[in-house]
Amino acid sequence: MNFDRIKEKLAILADAAKYDVSCASSGSKRKNSSKGLGDSSGMGICHSYTEDGRCVSLLKILLTNHCIFDCAYCVTRRSNDVKRAAFKIQEVVDLTIHFYRRNYIEGLFLSSGIFKNADYTMERLVQVAKKLRLEENFNGYIHLKSIPGASDELMREAGLYADRLSVNIEIPTKEGLKLLAPEKNREDFLKPMKKVQNEITLYKEERKLLKSVPKFAPAGQSTQMIIGASGESDAQIMYTSAYFYKKFQMKRVYYSGYVPISMDPRLPSLGSQVPMLRENRLYQADWLLRFYGFEVTELLSPEHPNLDADVDPKLGWALRNLDQFPIDVNVADARMLARIPGVGMKSVQKILKARRFRKLNWDHLKAIGIARNRAQYFLICDSRDFLKRDLTSAQIRGLISKGSQSKFRGLYGPQLSLFESSAIATT
Amino acid sequence: MGAPQLIIYDGSFEGFLSAVFHTYEHRLAEVDIQPAIRAQATFFGTTTRVETNVGHAGRVWHGITKKVEAAGAHILYRTFLSERAGVENLLLDRIRDIFAVGNKNSGNFSDATVLEIAKINKMVGREKHRMEAFVRFKLTKDGIYFAVIEPDFNVLPLIAEHFRSRYADQKWLIYDTKRGIGLYYDLDTMSEITMRLSGAALRPSAESTVYTSEELEYQQLWSTYFESTNIASRRNMKLHKRHIPQRYWKYLSEKSLQLKK
Ligand code: SF4
Repeated sequence: MNFDRIKEKLAILADAAKYDVSCASSGSKRKNSSKGLGDSSGMGICHSYTEDGRCVSLLKILLTNHCIFDCAYCVTRRSNDVKRAAFKIQEVVDLTIHFYRRNYIEGLFLSSGIFKNADYTMERLVQVAKKLRLEENFNGYIHLKSIPGASDELMREAGLYADRLSVNIEIPTKEGLKLLAPEKNREDFLKPMKKVQNEITLYKEERKLLKSVPKFAPAGQSTQMIIGASGESDAQIMYTSAYFYKKFQMKRVYYSGYVPISMDPRLPSLGSQVPMLRENRLYQADWLLRFYGFEVTELLSPEHPNLDADVDPKLGWALRNLDQFPIDVNVADARMLARIPGVGMKSVQKILKARRFRKLNWDHLKAIGIARNRAQYFLICDSRDFLKRDLTSAQIRGLISKGSQSKFRGLYGPQLSLFESSAIATT
Repeated sequence: MGAPQLIIYDGSFEGFLSAVFHTYEHRLAEVDIQPAIRAQATFFGTTTRVETNVGHAGRVWHGITKKVEAAGAHILYRTFLSERAGVENLLLDRIRDIFAVGNKNSGNFSDATVLEIAKINKMVGREKHRMEAFVRFKLTKDGIYFAVIEPDFNVLPLIAEHFRSRYADQKWLIYDTKRGIGLYYDLDTMSEITMRLSGAALRPSAESTVYTSEELEYQQLWSTYFESTNIASRRNMKLHKRHIPQRYWKYLSEKSLQLKK
């Protein structure tokens, strides 16, 4: 191996891949059979953290950053003046294996710029995965990017070797896509997603009948949207997410605050802040959809197209629905307990368990780990010192924010007012 | 009744269970169980040294697993591995309750002992998870993937299975410098070994004699990757350090190479 040359390529092709924020490496259940290398049956592990605080779990690289397209929001775009490089298939295989054996990574996340055409590119990605599985007996995690427009046959093969497949939708609205990536059309994104979704269902059915049927993309599909590149509203983003979760049984939708990389007038200018607070609020809302039993229509609507900047979405919902509170923690069901601000899903389980032994008071709730500062306005328990109920939502909001410090306050605040939008995507 | 009796055991889990057996055998109500390395003079009551007895230990363990499910018993073991001062007495409290009323209180977080054990168990769990993440193997000239760790708690027994199932086709050795014990897998079996690694062997100057000539290249590649995957405009060192506390850095090549620069 020519280490200097590999180092140079790695620097270029890791740098170009870093805006893809997905790092998940769990949910695969691929066991180490026949004493091979690797196992992805457990939870995904973060082996390191970058200085921006993100999990490093996979070797996340592009096969090449040569690209025939010119999407405005992408560093790899054809018209951008950057150094280009391309890995050979075997080089990616070797890097993955050597890193994996040293316990640096859980596996590989391979994406690529599109060279020649979609199929030519996809075929090479599939070959890397195939070699890892068949020649190296590798059971670590493999995430392949589905190249928009790739043929059904290639997508089927990809699913046989990869744990996860993803197509990044990047721009949540049709209009935004037209503006920023006019050569691409939405159908090209959706086609491979649909194909993979169908195959997953099909293979699952067959496996029920016959255990020897191979797994197909056992960790499912994910996608990513760039936040703040096309003036979209939070409602447009979250309605698109909800659609993907329902329609494609998407495992995860990722939100990536746009990092200015271009002087293109269609985009936020260089030097503008990455919308980190907004990104954080979207993840919180996403969490509420997936684990807390909220409907997207409860969080965002035409009258309320953006999430609050100063309070998290759950607190925001509670403040708009004060008539549903206070909730009695000693009798309420799990669904309502989960709606109390300051009470997480773990605490819900603990409350349900602990209240079988005795009526819970504030001491018990504190021991369980409930944040009294927020929760006290929304629940009653077996203590006398509960708060008077006649506070307005504005008063509660003031009281809570006085007592808590946002890690973002002051830093990224003004970002939000940039995005005033009304229409809701009906994709 | 007077002052509690001090019971000293050898520090092993079996030793601790033997001590528990001893308290039942002699119907001792007020006791203070301590490992030999921590139990020092300054104590004026009665002192008993309990020898480790695998048979006794087995009976206590069997008694526990009859009353609580496997996961519940495992929590007691993990809590023990925390090596925290006083953890033996905490566990004795819990074991007594298990023998008295069974599994009844296992989810009862309004009980101070149950809650404290849950907390310690969580910390041990986090350390186990960290070690599974932060082990960095280096390939030695004899073809063994070798890693040094220095965990806050004695988690080596807890991470064994994880590494065995993951690295079934390579020889590896994980060495805990703090406790002088290692875990060695030879492609066939896994064994615990005690050894004292001399300081010289761990010094950077020893690298080239101990490790393959390509080893440093891979560490540098990893470092290159680590730096290139970072997004500078999102830098957040506070978060970074919360995820990787600084005391672990010297064992992470991506951090230690960075420090050398
Ligand atoms: S096709 Fe992909 S890699 Fe190429 S410019 Fe568009 S987003 Fe970037």
